[in-house]
Amino acid sequence: MDEIITLDYGSGGKKTSRLIESEILSRFSNPALGELGDGAILPGAEKIVFSTDSFVVSPLFFPGGDIGKLAVCGTVNDIAMCGGEAKYLSLSLIIEEGLERSALSRILDSIRAAAESARVQVVTGDTKVVERGRGDGVYINTAGIGFLRRAGLTPGAMRDGDAVLISGTAGDHGAAVMLARGGLIDDSSGAVKSDCAALNGLVDALFASGAEIRCLRDPTRGGAATTLCEFAGSSGLGIEIEERDIPVSPAVAAACSLLGLDPLYCANEGKLLCVTSQETAHAALEAMRAHPLGRDAAVIGRVSAAAKGRVILRTAAGGGRVLHKLAGAQLPRIC
Amino acid sequence: MPCSELRLMEVCGTHTMAIARAGLKSLLPEGVELVSGPGCPVCVTPPEVIDAALDLAMRPGVVIATYGDMVRVPGSRRGDSLARRRAMGARVMVVYSPMDAVDWAESHPGSEVVFLGVGFETTAPGTAASLLEAAGRGVRNFSVFSMLKRVEPALRALTALEGFNIQGFLCPGHVATIIGAEGFRFLPEEYGLPAVVAGFEPEDILLAVSRLISLVRAGRAELENLYGRAVKAEGNPPALEEMRRVFVPAGDSWRGLGEIDASGLALRAEFAEYDAVRKFGVEIPAAGGETACRCGEVITGRMTPVGCPLFGTACTPEDPVGPCMVSSEGSCAAAYKYEGV
Repeated sequence: MDEIITLDYGSGGKKTSRLIESEILSRFSNPALGELGDGAILPGAEKIVFSTDSFVVSPLFFPGGDIGKLAVCGTVNDIAMCGGEAKYLSLSLIIEEGLERSALSRILDSIRAAAESARVQVVTGDTKVVERGRGDGVYINTAGIGFLRRAGLTPGAMRDGDAVLISGTAGDHGAAVMLARGGLIDDSSGAVKSDCAALNGLVDALFASGAEIRCLRDPTRGGAATTLCEFAGSSGLGIEIEERDIPVSPAVAAACSLLGLDPLYCANEGKLLCVTSQETAHAALEAMRAHPLGRDAAVIGRVSAAAKGRVILRTAAGGGRVLHKLAGAQLPRIC
Repeated sequence: MPCSELRLMEVCGTHTMAIARAGLKSLLPEGVELVSGPGCPVCVTPPEVIDAALDLAMRPGVVIATYGDMVRVPGSRRGDSLARRRAMGARVMVVYSPMDAVDWAESHPGSEVVFLGVGFETTAPGTAASLLEAAGRGVRNFSVFSMLKRVEPALRALTALEGFNIQGFLCPGHVATIIGAEGFRFLPEEYGLPAVVAGFEPEDILLAVSRLISLVRAGRAELENLYGRAVKAEGNPPALEEMRRVFVPAGDSWRGLGEIDASGLALRAEFAEYDAVRKFGVEIPAAGGETACRCGEVITGRMTPVGCPLFGTACTPEDPVGPCMVSSEGSCAAAYKYEGV
């Protein structure tokens, strides 16, 4: 049976990795791309970090954010995770015929507010309109250019015994979008909200803390579990995680339990995972907790050569299991 | 009885997942084994029925409404699934409740919405309620493709299988909320097998396993309900009543167990216009030949997921051969996703 592209290829998990390897990397091989980081550090211009991201979220507006805010924060965060500070963004809009002008205005206002807050300027862009039925309201692409502040942030820098930290509760964005999409739960309390936020300020705080930071990544599609697997896989070292130490908000835990989702595989849009030396983990933790976006930060585990490239979760019940990358888009279950 | 001979079976996909997710197998006393039974509704649906649903998805005007579990389940052809059909142009809508499908049908009169009714007694009342709602509101472009199944006939068939070797049952808390703890009394009374109704938190499951071990060791074939906060002895009579109004037990085919009398739930004749099988003249193709997939043995506890030669090599969640590897309640999916250490 001929292989065709299904939604699973866009889930950020194994199928996405496989598609990138077999179709992209096989054709475009160069050292900057080969790093497979969140952005590229440009050879010959090593002070410049370049990244791009496309945003196709449905619904366009969800508790805690909207596609516009996401489009700014996503690219700013990708650059921040490479150790860069985003300065300039491009903004491309692919608008579906029929989108209400007021919705577009709201999205653009949101982009302006997010850009001001993240201290980036939108300096170039493009606008296209497609026929009704050929888009999902609006798709947005942003590309960003930033300047490198800290070089060498890569999973390859991890050492046995290093600490693994998360900047806050896991799974908020994925759970909020799933609820908004399904209309399943009338969450008028607003307890489940996207965490969509620009992380450059939090990264500044981490850099200023003096902690020895090995690598940073924002666990978006595929969630924290998938990012931890990427760390483990590309370093060759393993990671051991304590389930009871992973912060998950009670509302997200309840929503996930109801829908059959796992918060560790739900997307985050305002969280980062950080590996530091064991000795400086406390400094990193304190720096994050002192920042508004890192109040719930926690040390969730450690790098372990004994885990041999795998991520091992010690469950709250005392059992142990291996975490894998997300296999395909998470789907709500039967019962 | 020495521990090494103790095999306990859970017959609920949510238990299977909860056990794997909390890593409970690594906490069991040596020799005690937890075996997954036919508790995943998607997994027990035979491939030819999935094929019929896939073909129905391609009919002009038809919109398939389904729980997320079904989207990636393969039919008899490898790589074929609702996800693939959707990529080819079929309209497939994931719903959280069949009532959402009724609402959607009402606001889209030009479409024919077919809800894939999958599940055991847990989901049957909800499906029945949605159908009664559609009938009450005169929503005629809504129908149900019933693949619903009953737990009791399957457990009876299971005990009759050659080589059946289970000493006690961890009974499904969700099904029991509907049919009642008493719905499992036949296990101790007719088959001499201890049965404990359990909830889904790791502590619920460990407590039930511990209780089952005690019952087996004491030689006491008894029924216990340790999920009293949700399960009553008599279950949920209004839900049972709705289910009986709409459905009637009918012979049905199970993967791994074959044809079992009165094990399915068919729509009563008076609801024929809401029965997708009759409405669209759905033909269930004849069962195909043997395949390398051993889901049938895995579902009946005769083979462990890792015992299947395809597990993790030819069959993975990204490219599944059988439903057990891809359903969110499948035992192979649980074993793969939550690999023990």
